Amino acid sequence: MKEYQTITEVSGPLVFAEVDEPIGYDEIVEIETPSGETKRGQVLESESGVVAIQVFEGTEGINREASVRFLGETMKMPVTEDLLGRVLDGSGRPIDGGPDIVPDERRDIVGEAINPYSREYPEEFIQTGVSAIDGMNTLVRGQKLPIFSSSGQPHSDLALQIARQASVPEDASDEDEEDSEFAVIFGAMGITQEEANEFMQDFERTGALERSVVFMNLADDPAVERTVTPRMALTTAEYLAFDKDYHVLVILTDMTNYCEALREIGAAREEVPGRRGYPGYMYTDLAQLYERAGRIEGEEGSVTQIPILTMPSDDITHPIPDLTGYITEGQIIVDPDLNSQGVEPPINVLPSLSRLMDDGIGEGLTREDHGDVSDQLYAAYAEGEDLRDLVNIVGREALSERDNRFLDFADRFEEEFVQQGFTTDREIEETLDVGWDLLSTLPRDELNRIDEELIEEHYEDEAAEELSAD
Amino acid sequence: MSTTTDTDSVREDGQIESVSGPVVTATGLEARMNDVVYVGTEGLMGEVIEIEGDITTIQVYEETSGVAPGEPVENTGAPLSVDLGPGLLDTIYDGVQRPLDELEELMGSAFLDRGVDAPGIDLDRTWEFTPTVEEGDAVEPGDVLGTVPETESIEHKVLVPPRSEGGEVVAANSGSFDVEETVVELDSGEEISMRQEWPVRRQRPAEEKRTPREPLVSGQRIQDGLFPLAKGGTAAIPGPFGSGKTVTQQQLAKWADADIVVYIGCGERGNEMTEVIEDFPDLEDPKTGKPLMARTCLIANTSNMPVAARESCIYTGITIAEYYRDMGYDVALMADSTSRWAEAMREISSRLEEMPGEEGYPAYLAARLAEFYERAGKFETINGDEGSISAIGAVSPPGGDFSEPVTQNTLRIVKTFWALDSDLAERRHFPAINWNESYSLYRSQLDDWFVENVDEDWPEVRQWAIDTLDEEDELQEIVQLVGRDALPADQQLTLEVARYLREAFLQQNALHDVDTFCPPEKAFRILEGIQTFNDEAFEALDAGVPIDEITDIDAVNRLNRIGTTPDDEADEFVSEIEDDVAAELQELY
Repeated sequence: MKEYQTITEVSGPLVFAEVDEPIGYDEIVEIETPSGETKRGQVLESESGVVAIQVFEGTEGINREASVRFLGETMKMPVTEDLLGRVLDGSGRPIDGGPDIVPDERRDIVGEAINPYSREYPEEFIQTGVSAIDGMNTLVRGQKLPIFSSSGQPHSDLALQIARQASVPEDASDEDEEDSEFAVIFGAMGITQEEANEFMQDFERTGALERSVVFMNLADDPAVERTVTPRMALTTAEYLAFDKDYHVLVILTDMTNYCEALREIGAAREEVPGRRGYPGYMYTDLAQLYERAGRIEGEEGSVTQIPILTMPSDDITHPIPDLTGYITEGQIIVDPDLNSQGVEPPINVLPSLSRLMDDGIGEGLTREDHGDVSDQLYAAYAEGEDLRDLVNIVGREALSERDNRFLDFADRFEEEFVQQGFTTDREIEETLDVGWDLLSTLPRDELNRIDEELIEEHYEDEAAEELSAD
Repeated sequence: MSTTTDTDSVREDGQIESVSGPVVTATGLEARMNDVVYVGTEGLMGEVIEIEGDITTIQVYEETSGVAPGEPVENTGAPLSVDLGPGLLDTIYDGVQRPLDELEELMGSAFLDRGVDAPGIDLDRTWEFTPTVEEGDAVEPGDVLGTVPETESIEHKVLVPPRSEGGEVVAANSGSFDVEETVVELDSGEEISMRQEWPVRRQRPAEEKRTPREPLVSGQRIQDGLFPLAKGGTAAIPGPFGSGKTVTQQQLAKWADADIVVYIGCGERGNEMTEVIEDFPDLEDPKTGKPLMARTCLIANTSNMPVAARESCIYTGITIAEYYRDMGYDVALMADSTSRWAEAMREISSRLEEMPGEEGYPAYLAARLAEFYERAGKFETINGDEGSISAIGAVSPPGGDFSEPVTQNTLRIVKTFWALDSDLAERRHFPAINWNESYSLYRSQLDDWFVENVDEDWPEVRQWAIDTLDEEDELQEIVQLVGRDALPADQQLTLEVARYLREAFLQQNALHDVDTFCPPEKAFRILEGIQTFNDEAFEALDAGVPIDEITDIDAVNRLNRIGTTPDDEADEFVSEIEDDVAAELQELY
């Protein structure tokens, strides 16, 4: 392996060096500073004679005398089942003081696209125990369903709740699939030490760590490292899912920090920026992460992703949530208003969506009335929500009795259906029953989205009568 | 993907100079613009996109990790072309026409490896060729030489290639052949096989473009009824994410009365493409009862597949569509989504450090979009037959903002606009096509067809529905301020009628077995039913019946169930409702 002392330029996270042999694009580089520190980087651009290197650990301490070694391979992640229960840094090195990792295999972290022909369409329900998700925006195995939040919201609590409670309900899974276990991969990018502690404490307290692999890139770790953290996490996920038959749930937080890192590198390379200064290839780059969720025909395991992102100034049209929404299969929206009302988890179901829901619910999967109930709850809540604007202008007395019923419904929907606390784990049956309790407060003939037979079976006449007697 | 021909002209190999993502430059390469080249020791497929001095810039259709300067670049001397011939249908391709099932087999893995090539059509498979010409017949380019039963629903016509000189047939062989064997020989010595090639970026020739006068019936009420698309027309479906864009496209692919469907999944979700791949083979063509796949060609280039292949997949698709158009078929082409295509252009353009236009898109964005949509249309083919391509492009405007360049440049070209609306989607009003913002410029030229084939009152009833919905839109603004009860009775009634228009007519359940496809006759009856209620109710109102009693009658609620009533019972069901509505209302005064 040849060593060069030919650095010509250091600029932000980038180092340019002259070389006299061909260097592969994306190849891994080690840079040793004069003080003996070793930093890792990756080839961003390779021309004959000169290469551009992005350095993961920051470029401080690098000068013209630093030596550069090209390792002749692209970035790899050592994978093994023993990773479960381990805590690694953002580049995949253990930081929990445990033994060294003896890899089964070292895998390229870039990953290859799954042939759409080999995929299997996701349609198996994952119960998260959160009514607003299970009932209204059902998650299925192999889906990528992001949480759109904003600063100061309890999205971490929600993520932890999902990581803790996620399960495949007994009656919905086939007998022979019992072998597949759940594993959680947690990829943190640029989160604060405090948040990290919170996560780790919760993981340890609930015993969730045993079935988890944690990748930690903290806020004060180099930003460039953030671009490899999710790839490390997903490579591990693919290995566990498709080689070891696990159902893997990957939680990536916070994607906004990841995108900031992309922008930083783009700016350092003096690229032509796209919207709001983010690189023009951000869609492709994000797709290469998100699309690594899925199921493969003939394989037991699955990769399900819940990326979390904080929308800058709560703006859903910002490039990060916007591009994410175009790639992922829906989104869960955390709403600051609900949060200030004390609703836990503060999920606003109206703009939330799970695109794969329709195929993952219903008879044999969840319950036969699931689709209709969810539709009706949506419609009724949307109507109640609309009326709230009107009430602000004309007052409640000016509204008809029917309108008042819908207003009450909207309030109770938030207080009883969405609100459940971050520690309550609701079975899907319970979620649907709460839904019926609420729907029964509406006049029976307003339930125009539910099959007659189902109304017959579940509608509680007393509830409506009680109300109209008031 | 074809790689074999035309290698006689220029063929000089070069060396890689630099690598940056999908853009590679090479020196010492004697290549023409748009030639296909093989890059590096792994032979990754690429295309020449810029030549400057000795430096040739190449966009590579595969991942370039690990590719290093100094590796060889091999020129094929041929532009990016597709293989045309029997076997295109019932197949699923990536963006450069490599069959995905074949790739799975060749790579032995569910993940897409690099440097693997596969021919676009199966070279070993044999087809039953029946000549329709005899020895001594004079043929010209575009003429039908014979037929091949390609799938159970489509008869493939083998044509004299457009670039042939034509001549007299000296031999026409009947029987079983593979695609490369000669089936017809001409006196010029030209041997014609079933397999042909065509460069994707060049439009296939046609005699003349005509004005389309027939609708592409889609079985979707709002589309057929209010905003129809012509066979040979162009349409755009812009919508923010989550507004049902893809479902709308898929509904069209399933139900539109085209002979051939070319579905391009351009930069979209892997799971979504899988749904299409899994669903289509099981679906029946509503007209013939045969599998839908038998008339479909799928092109899947998901968002994580290489960006350069995303740029080319649109061209691959439209070239295949043109090939079937030349056989005289009506082709429906869906591109989901053209925004991803535009973004691929932008990405490559920025890697080339071109001067950006609006929002970083290249300055030639508008020209490329126009070029693509212009390849659609109703054509007289060069053999005098008629064929059409209807192009339906989805657009994904960032943040749902229609003022962005891709939407705006698309709207300048297309004549039908189905505006998807996230508010409607949030309310679970599907298809979430906003009736106030959408338009179709084909309405008047298609009216004759509807009058002749559905009902002579079609234009009037449609206009009534549009007027009522417009009025509702205005009234809603007032309702937002003062509440519904403050409106006069006649306006309240209009709102009620409009509600039925929305719920019974505009909303349609794509997941319901019956409702998913609604023939125009049934759509018309639904409108008539609602209009009957409208007329009877206003009469009752004039006679002094209070509005609450009118809207309270039992029969009218049943309007919402017409959609899910089987097609052959719908007419009777509507008549019953009409009678009951009239009877109930007349009882009130």
